[in-house]
Amino acid sequence: MPEFTRIFARTEAVLAVIIVLLCVLFGLASPFFLTLPNFADLIEAYSVTTILAAGVFVVLVSGGIDISFAAVASAGQYLAAYVATSYGVGPVVAIGLACLLGLGLGAVNAMLTHYLRVWSIIITIATSSIYFALLIQITGGSEIYNLPDWWADRIVFLRWDFGPGEFVRITLPIVVMVAVVLLTHVLMSSTRIGRQVYALGGNPDAANRVGFNILRVQLFAYGYLGTLAGLAGFIQAHRVGQAVPTAMAGTELGVLAVAILGGASLVGGIGTMGGVVLGVLLLAILQNGLNLMGVSPFFFDVVIGLTILISISLTSFTARRRRQRKMGDAA
Amino acid sequence: MTTKQPPDHGPDRLVLRNLSKRFGGTVALDQVDWSVRADEVHCLVGENGSGKSTLIKVVSGVLRPDPGGMVLIDGVEQPRMTPTLSKSLGVQVIYQDLSLFPNLSVAENIAMDQLLGPGLGRANHGKMRAAARTVLDSLEHELPLDRVVGTLPVAQRQIVAISRGLAANARLLFMDEPTASLTRSEVDRLFTLVRRLRQMDVTIVFVSHRMDEIAEIADRVSLLRDGVMSGTFDAANVTDHEMAVRLSGDKIVHTIAARPVLRDAPLLQVVDAGRDGEFSNINLTLHKGEILGLTGLLGAGRTELALSLFGMAPLDRGQVRLNGQDLRLRSNQDAINAGIAYLSEDRLSLGLNLRQSISDNVAISVLDRIAGRFGLVTAAERKSLAERWVQELDMKAEDVGAEASTLSGGNQQRVVLAKWLATDPKVLILDSPTVGVDIRNKEGIYRLVRKLAQSGVAILLISDEIPEVYFNADRVLHMKQGRIADEFIPGDVSQDQMKDSIYA
Repeated sequence: MPEFTRIFARTEAVLAVIIVLLCVLFGLASPFFLTLPNFADLIEAYSVTTILAAGVFVVLVSGGIDISFAAVASAGQYLAAYVATSYGVGPVVAIGLACLLGLGLGAVNAMLTHYLRVWSIIITIATSSIYFALLIQITGGSEIYNLPDWWADRIVFLRWDFGPGEFVRITLPIVVMVAVVLLTHVLMSSTRIGRQVYALGGNPDAANRVGFNILRVQLFAYGYLGTLAGLAGFIQAHRVGQAVPTAMAGTELGVLAVAILGGASLVGGIGTMGGVVLGVLLLAILQNGLNLMGVSPFFFDVVIGLTILISISLTSFTARRRRQRKMGDAA
Repeated sequence: MTTKQPPDHGPDRLVLRNLSKRFGGTVALDQVDWSVRADEVHCLVGENGSGKSTLIKVVSGVLRPDPGGMVLIDGVEQPRMTPTLSKSLGVQVIYQDLSLFPNLSVAENIAMDQLLGPGLGRANHGKMRAAARTVLDSLEHELPLDRVVGTLPVAQRQIVAISRGLAANARLLFMDEPTASLTRSEVDRLFTLVRRLRQMDVTIVFVSHRMDEIAEIADRVSLLRDGVMSGTFDAANVTDHEMAVRLSGDKIVHTIAARPVLRDAPLLQVVDAGRDGEFSNINLTLHKGEILGLTGLLGAGRTELALSLFGMAPLDRGQVRLNGQDLRLRSNQDAINAGIAYLSEDRLSLGLNLRQSISDNVAISVLDRIAGRFGLVTAAERKSLAERWVQELDMKAEDVGAEASTLSGGNQQRVVLAKWLATDPKVLILDSPTVGVDIRNKEGIYRLVRKLAQSGVAILLISDEIPEVYFNADRVLHMKQGRIADEFIPGDVSQDQMKDSIYA
């Protein structure tokens, strides 16, 4: 689809240029920034965000939005930690249960959105609140520290050493993240259900008339995000070595920001997985660079808020540009 | 005077027998008997609200007819029609909005059926391109298969929609007002295509109300009026006038209402106005007491211009002057304060709060003016205001406290009109004021508009129905691709001359 690539190539090219500029800027400001170890750490630190963003991207393309994924991830994480510590189940069962719970909670979001015909943002604000509150209620807010070794121990697939204390590791979170990105890309560009998600986001009325099973498409989108949220919850506990019911609370906007920054529109139908990955990269580099330059971490929330505002205003700006182009065609 | 079917015609593709459909108390289709032959182009004529879309929905399985009605396709009765079944029988509908996916490629849109299978199956882009290519070849059309449909001009999008129907093995193709946004040469190409489809054993039901087009393309014509199928004729035998009379059910004698305009009283002047991508170089003058018609094809920029004059879409260039004073129209509040009122095309979604009472709807635009001490607006004040307008506009409303949703379409329109007249406007913009209003109520609205003009209100009457502007406006402007292309004085030119020029 050359035309598609051309449209999104623009968003992606802009992101790539900004990323390169930031790299040069931060590289000059801090000698530590432009090093492989720093980048490997950065990618691992953003693995959970990327896994979640892949799911949010799918829901955004379908024309919906879901902000309950942080609650779903926390619930999946806690369930897995509970069965692993109390019943001694292995990784396959624990991860399977986390993903299944995520799938179920995502399906609830899809069905509520479908049958109540209310904006999905309202639905998922409500379910987010319900899921989190139930989780705290059931767990009493207590953390699980004694995760089994297979879960808490760092898993390194590849390691290169450059000198004393300088090394690059390809760890489990990075591998899972790459797998999720590739899977999502293939699902969205080359399967029927993926193209149906794009079609639904592009023109819901037409999807209905053409004979789509719209509930099924929505179940796929929200369920996929839920499943990935369960997986992300597992990886997050793996990275910090404990399961905390509120660990993921407050990550919603950051994840949404990278998806929108990457070109997924709030009105649905457009965006690519590649663009979202560039969005993650841009925000990661910005945070790391500001950090190395000694800017307060609290300031980063300002950056996230501004990112959302700027990417959304750019969308309406391009809408105006499109009007101008249309006029050019007519004349 | 239904014609006897001569014995030499082909078999019937579609037969409806005694088909009725009620929604609550409203009868949308009333005991319809109708047949469409396999080898014809059959035109279906009816006003908005005549039951056309209900009929299409019943045949395509979206709506279930009332018990006792029968749908036969190729002679076989289909008592349980569903959307899937009707598609498998070859029924395809091309909706007026085309129902395409603007963000997907031409190939994906045409071969959409291939995306409907099992979800995790591969979306085979190569196979979809091949299928799309085959259909386009059979129509002898070239389209860039990888282009995103949203970037195609509307005539080409229509080809995509038709191709999608063919790719899904259409044998009975409904086309809902396919010519509404096409220029004359595009219509010619579409007709060539329609004739080709008929040769390919595809039966066409062509919904339209442009008489000249019907005479050109149709084999037979049927009239649907208020849910009743009131006759099927050979297209060759139908003259324009006879059809109009049949359609309206009574003889309406149109007279030209145009009066000479007093050029010395310019009220609203639009100077070199433009808005990127919508319209440019607009110059027009609206005089006191004048009815100025504004017409053109769908998408010519009429509504966009109206929204700008009403302050809802700021101009990128140019000025609007009222009584010689430059207006700064940054919001509709500015326009209302200056004395400009706007009755929108879509009265239900934009002009009226259906859940509120008639009196609340009328009072909403003048709350400041009728507010008493402490800025409070009493219910009695609203009621007397509304009752005055109910009388003035000859509305059929028993109780102004009733929800606006209880009124008929024509009366709802009057409520919106009352709401704006209460602001005592100098300029009234009417955008397609009679869409969805039946022919009897239309006359009432026209009378009202003329009365308003006589009282000194300047009226901009926007419509894509040429007779509407021809018979009611003092002058008519023709808008084309965002510019004013022509000016006509009804009477100085004939209606046909005007039509020829606009559809050219």
